Amino acid sequence: MSQATATVPHPVQVSIPLREIVPWAIFVGILSLIVLFFVSTEAGAVELFAGNGLVHEFVHDGRHLLAFPCH
Amino acid sequence: MMRNLLVRGMLAGLIAGVLATLFAYFFGEPSVNVAIGLEESGGHSHATAEGGHGHGGGEDEELVSRGVQSTVGLLTGIGAYGIAIGGLFAVAFAFLHGRVGTLRPRLTSALLAAGAFAVVVLVPFLKYPANPPAVGSAGTIGDRTALYFGFAALSLVAGIAAVVGGRGLADRFGAWWGGLLGMGGYIVVMAVCAALLPVVDEVPAEFPGSTLWTFRTAALGTQLVLWSALGLTFGAFAERVLRERAKAPAPAGQR
Repeated sequence: MSQATATVPHPVQVSIPLREIVPWAIFVGILSLIVLFFVSTEAGAVELFAGNGLVHEFVHDGRHLLAFPCH
Repeated sequence: MMRNLLVRGMLAGLIAGVLATLFAYFFGEPSVNVAIGLEESGGHSHATAEGGHGHGGGEDEELVSRGVQSTVGLLTGIGAYGIAIGGLFAVAFAFLHGRVGTLRPRLTSALLAAGAFAVVVLVPFLKYPANPPAVGSAGTIGDRTALYFGFAALSLVAGIAAVVGGRGLADRFGAWWGGLLGMGGYIVVMAVCAALLPVVDEVPAEFPGSTLWTFRTAALGTQLVLWSALGLTFGAFAERVLRERAKAPAPAGQR
């Protein structure tokens, strides 16, 4: 391991500055949570859209096999 | 820089989602079908009580056919999950890389995937395992959902605290002991939480144990395929992105 790092010409261990990460983190965080909500919970315990459980039915198998409480 | 990582995170998530869908289709769908057959034939018809919960093929109205549910629906669900997780994974990677350790990107990515799988999927699964159709009564879906996500959130908070705490301890006692103490602390905290939170056991007595076993192992396997593929694929992508940045003569991280 120490041998390998000594021969790497360009060290890639530099961290990414926080002020660069945070705006993207908020953006992706909100977007992902919305997507995860629709995959995992919409029309199960909570129903935001009156679709008669359409979302639930469509992602039904994925929801079960991703280990979310489905119904 | 961050944008590049995110796009690759979501791409890696999509690839992982497709692989996990293949696994779920071949290993998970058979037990889902058996369970749905039981649900429709047996007296345990919680589905009809709520209305609009038809799983196709039965006497209740068929909103989405089984053929769609087990193929396009499965791919959409797991694919969307993969993309979302991939984006979050890229953000978590960006925070960790170069801060918690000085490992090369693909090692950081693989370790993050292993840790995140344990914290986000495995530990919540051990307390509140996945249930096939025909298991679980409709009346308790609210409580079960709240318990599952509450426990997963606890696990995530404890996991992040373990990383931060372990990083601090590593400065004092070395990386090995810092890491072990962080993990040990996480396990103790989660064991106490699991012991205090209520047990959910709604498996009907007549439900076949072997179907329950194959369904649950398939569900865990689906997640395992997804997180492994995500960690390895994203690691390869990140390695290239970060190496390009390191080669660039411009001051790092100005974008």
